Amino acid sequence: MTLDKTVNNRAWFMVLPVLVLVAFNAVIPLMTVVNYSVQESFAGNVFFFEGSKWFEQVLHSERFHAALLRQLAFTATILAIEIPLGVGIALTMPRKGPWVSVCLVLMALPLLIPWNVVGAIWNIFALPSFGLLGRAINGLGISYNFTRDAGDAWFTLVLMDVWHWTSLVVLLAYAGLMAIPNAYYQAAKIDGASRWAVFRYIQLPKMRRVLTIAVLLRLMDSFMIYTEPFVLTGGGPGNSTTLLSIDLVKIALGQFDLGPAAAMSLIYFLMVLAMSWVFYTVMTREEART
Amino acid sequence: MNLSWMAWTPATAAFFIVIGLTLVGMTIWQILAPSEERVGILSIPTTPGDRLFLTLLGAAYIHLAWLGLVGPDLWWAFGISVLYGLAVFRWV
Repeated sequence: MTLDKTVNNRAWFMVLPVLVLVAFNAVIPLMTVVNYSVQESFAGNVFFFEGSKWFEQVLHSERFHAALLRQLAFTATILAIEIPLGVGIALTMPRKGPWVSVCLVLMALPLLIPWNVVGAIWNIFALPSFGLLGRAINGLGISYNFTRDAGDAWFTLVLMDVWHWTSLVVLLAYAGLMAIPNAYYQAAKIDGASRWAVFRYIQLPKMRRVLTIAVLLRLMDSFMIYTEPFVLTGGGPGNSTTLLSIDLVKIALGQFDLGPAAAMSLIYFLMVLAMSWVFYTVMTREEART
Repeated sequence: MNLSWMAWTPATAAFFIVIGLTLVGMTIWQILAPSEERVGILSIPTTPGDRLFLTLLGAAYIHLAWLGLVGPDLWWAFGISVLYGLAVFRWV
């Protein structure tokens, strides 16, 4: 049966409110950032044209390189932990019965907590003086103080992100697992497949699509992370947990260097834009395949 | 309406006008001669709009790479970007 669609270009007017909204909250600020990125700014809206100077400065800045390196290290670390852990937890979750809802609600809880609250909870939880985690680790005889030691700060930051976001991977992986028809498992049983073979040749390939989404979502999200590390460590001790977004805010609002901050935010934006394009492309390809 | 806070410069205004005109031009082109999606060397279906996006994004990266690795004389980067854009529209 063919579906006769009515093509009516007046339908574009329905999209107009969204376009106006996007223009005000995205396009105009973006244009302003581009304008700032090529100028030196002074108080009272006084600007001097500088050309590509700020971009050159940011690209050659050791501070930017260090923040980018920290950002990449953070993203790689949390992906290496959250994806296998999420899949592992999803595999152990019950498929039917009353415990399904309990597990799903428990898994969804961390995702419902506002980011600044997550930062505040972990800040208090990890304090060496009276936080449960801080006291417990120190009680084991391991010296731990995330406000003074860079390694401890990283450990806490990664742990916090794993606590907050592994659930997302779990829920996606669980949805992928639930979509596998029972016939696959029955066939595997008849063939006498091991638990590993079932995972490797049935579950993992069937979860490919949702895991791709999980990896890309976590990749983009972790690349833009700001609130949680800002509340937990404020980028410290020293600059040890100053990720790209925190460094950007320090330059823009702390030092009020609008030109370099605008140039840096455009470079940052281009990175996220490239990731978004990869995400969109992979999603389109996966959809075309199914 | 006072727009001095937006700090427009002739260079950035020209930049956005060119992008705006390109979008308008491509829309008119699409209305006059509707194009189909096609699969190129990236083995993904792309429309002319996708190819324009890839051209602009790639051009931005080419300019940044030139600025970071070679120097502030960006005309070469612009030339490479034009060639890159032509290649994207031809083969992607």
